[in-house]
Amino acid sequence: MLCHECNKREATLHFTKILNGEKNEIHLCDQCAREKGEYLPGSNGFSIHQLLSGLLNFEQPIQNSPSRSLQSEQQCKKCGMTFHQFARAGRFGCAECYETFNHKLDPMLKRVHSGNTVHIGKIPKRIGTGIQLQRKIVQLKEQLQQHISKEEFEEAAKLRDEIRSLEKLAQQSGGEG
Amino acid sequence: MSLEKFISEAISPWMKNDGDESDIVLSSRIRLARNLKDYSFPIIATTEEASLVVKQVKEHFEKEKYDQYGPFELLEMDDMKPNEKKVLVEKHLISPQLSDESKKGAVLLSSDESLSIMVNEEDHLRIQCLFSGFQLSEGLVLASGIDDWIESKLHYAFDERKGYITSCPTNVGTGLRASVMMHLPALVITKQLNKILPAINQLGLVVRGIYGEGSEALGNLFQISNQITLGKSEEDIVEDLRGVVLQLIHQERAAREMLLQSSKLHLEDRVYRSYGILAYARTIESKEAAQRLSDVRLGIDLKILKELSASILNELMILTQPGFLQQYAGEILSPDQRDERRAALIRERLNLEIEKFN
Repeated sequence: MLCHECNKREATLHFTKILNGEKNEIHLCDQCAREKGEYLPGSNGFSIHQLLSGLLNFEQPIQNSPSRSLQSEQQCKKCGMTFHQFARAGRFGCAECYETFNHKLDPMLKRVHSGNTVHIGKIPKRIGTGIQLQRKIVQLKEQLQQHISKEEFEEAAKLRDEIRSLEKLAQQSGGEG
Repeated sequence: MSLEKFISEAISPWMKNDGDESDIVLSSRIRLARNLKDYSFPIIATTEEASLVVKQVKEHFEKEKYDQYGPFELLEMDDMKPNEKKVLVEKHLISPQLSDESKKGAVLLSSDESLSIMVNEEDHLRIQCLFSGFQLSEGLVLASGIDDWIESKLHYAFDERKGYITSCPTNVGTGLRASVMMHLPALVITKQLNKILPAINQLGLVVRGIYGEGSEALGNLFQISNQITLGKSEEDIVEDLRGVVLQLIHQERAAREMLLQSSKLHLEDRVYRSYGILAYARTIESKEAAQRLSDVRLGIDLKILKELSASILNELMILTQPGFLQQYAGEILSPDQRDERRAALIRERLNLEIEKFN
């Protein structure tokens, strides 16, 4: 088998990466493996954060184009982190980053979390009351639509009133959360 | 200091409690990652910002009490000697990252050391509960309770769609990492584990050898934890892990039974040889010590060795690490000196058992 990197020499080192059941094989010759550094047996510098930047399919060498990273790159308004910096570190700088890079986030989250992008677990007790209300309102609105489509207007009117009172409650709690 | 006293101080009180299935599952751990809303994450925070986070958390813990837990002891990394930090790492109460790389890193410890809350590690807060044996659900209830209590005063970074916001997207959502430490010698001896591991990976769980470098498992100890934190509820994450661990327990028990029936003589030989080496060696490397201790523990579980207590593996795996050896010696040791001290400590510990038995 030929080396995946140079396609010239015989591959002598074989790596298998298994992520969420997807198998990925890499075959390298001695020389290319040494150049890649991290693939050398015994060099254990492979962290989850580096793996993550691998997932981002990131164009590797930033050093080659120093001008590009300065150009019009999106930056978090709060902490100043750029997507390049995130991809290198594998970690965000602040909670705002999730908003800033939202559009790039979902494909990555899908790969890391088996296709999931939305939290369905615990909601904080104190600051989460608003969110819990919102979840309930969304649920009721869906039910309302179902009743309307089935022309069950009495039921629908009941739900409408319930939704209104919940919305009032949500506004009173200060629109926080 | 006498060895007995040293051990009783070195072993966390929670480890002395008996948990379920404790012949195979040594401990269970629940970890929740949380961040405060208005502060930069530790990876880019300034020293002032990091200090403010510690201050907020500290004030909350000083003002209020949480249930039966408390008072918590606050230890700041900047105030500690390197070997003191090393000992906390070896007890799994803090991470190497908090010990060596954090800015204004700190940890809050409950008196029985079953609860530890790291401040300014990768995330602002890492709430960790440790239980002996197989007690994941209990851990989740405890961690969630203290999480609510902290949230009653501090403002968390939480997003309706993304859940608890974490510095690394691999933790976002629940911020929950549930894990168990398992002793699986029979599955290793019978070479079945290699077949089981890929299947476990497919279920979104991760298996790691612990106490070893890289993926090598020292002493047949494995840590199994969830990988996915988003799109699943906390209860489901724990339940899925629990199901797989129960399977592994079942398989390990079956493999032990099979070994006893098919090659009892070889098994006894292996156990007694390892016991002999531990009882008489004058110098021993950590790798060999781990393997021999695993054999002896298996011998105890299978009633081949009757005069020893089962806690010996848990205790000695912790006590024979470099930080503890140095603490016991009261000085910094070279690797050769450590091997000598390790052998001596193991011999002494085994002698204690024999004295107790007689």
